[in-house]
Amino acid sequence: MNTDTHAAHADDHHHGDSHAHGSFSTYMLGFVLSVVLTAIPFWLVMSGALPSKQITALVIMAFAVVQIVVHMIYFLHMNTTSENGWSMMALIFTIVMVVIALSGSLWVMNHLNSNMMPIHQMTGMK
Amino acid sequence: MTVAVNPAQSGEPVFYLADEHPHPEGYSTSLGFWIYLMSDCLIFAILFATFGVLGGNYAAGPAPKDLFELPLVAVNTSMLLLSSITYGFAMLTMQQNKIGQTQMWLAITGLFGAAFIGIELSEFAHMIHEGATPQRSAFLSAFFTLVGTHGLHVTCGLIWLVTLMVQVWKFGLIEANRRRLMCLSMFWHFLDVVWIGVFTFVYLLGVLR
Repeated sequence: MNTDTHAAHADDHHHGDSHAHGSFSTYMLGFVLSVVLTAIPFWLVMSGALPSKQITALVIMAFAVVQIVVHMIYFLHMNTTSENGWSMMALIFTIVMVVIALSGSLWVMNHLNSNMMPIHQMTGMK
Repeated sequence: MTVAVNPAQSGEPVFYLADEHPHPEGYSTSLGFWIYLMSDCLIFAILFATFGVLGGNYAAGPAPKDLFELPLVAVNTSMLLLSSITYGFAMLTMQQNKIGQTQMWLAITGLFGAAFIGIELSEFAHMIHEGATPQRSAFLSAFFTLVGTHGLHVTCGLIWLVTLMVQVWKFGLIEANRRRLMCLSMFWHFLDVVWIGVFTFVYLLGVLR
């Protein structure tokens, strides 16, 4: 029975290792995608191709999210099976924490700003 | 041993591993290092949140539009992106046991990384020369903290890279060095991921607003 568990563990380790590598083609695909996903936002902002700033902001944020996913898959070799799924669990936990920290801070501080009267408005009221 | 040790003698079963079964050296390193990177990610998340809150408080000082030169940022971004792919090539040649090529790609990665740091430092020097110091406004404090922390990480990565090149030169591509190179690979690519956030939210959105 003991040997059985050992064999199973050894097998797991092998699985964990075999996912940690990329190949030339996946690295190049990731690189080409990143170059495209970087160049388009820079071009959009520098040329002002889109009519409104809000649309441009949303589009470049969307490009950033896609590029982060591309880097995760092609450079960091993330998948659901590496380390028996524990890397993915750690990543999901971190993403939840990051979203709470970012959206919470921005939301709360934004409300604070709109509920506190800024100094320049107070001077304007005199 | 996973067995309950002599239940007849002690009278009650034991529900834990009396003896940890042996693991190969460094088998949990990549998961541990990944968890470190995730904790580092939280540091950057807090700095991004701070920048998000304070990024519009110029205190009648210079705004992103007056300070940032997007062509320079684009060059800087391409330096980091190129260093990512060359590190990828270093990992690929490492897997093929080509020690000379691994060292060559590591050196090229280091050069791109050094170029990135050089451009960033010259940008900082230029800004400080114009009076846009971290003390000038909340926006500039948050900017220098966020971008400076990233730059500090890249600098540490460069020191680590040189250390590993010496290690590989002295001891070859032994198992321990492969593991270390893999950790640095994760670190390096992670910093590139953070930089995507920096150039999008700090530089591009800053110039846009």
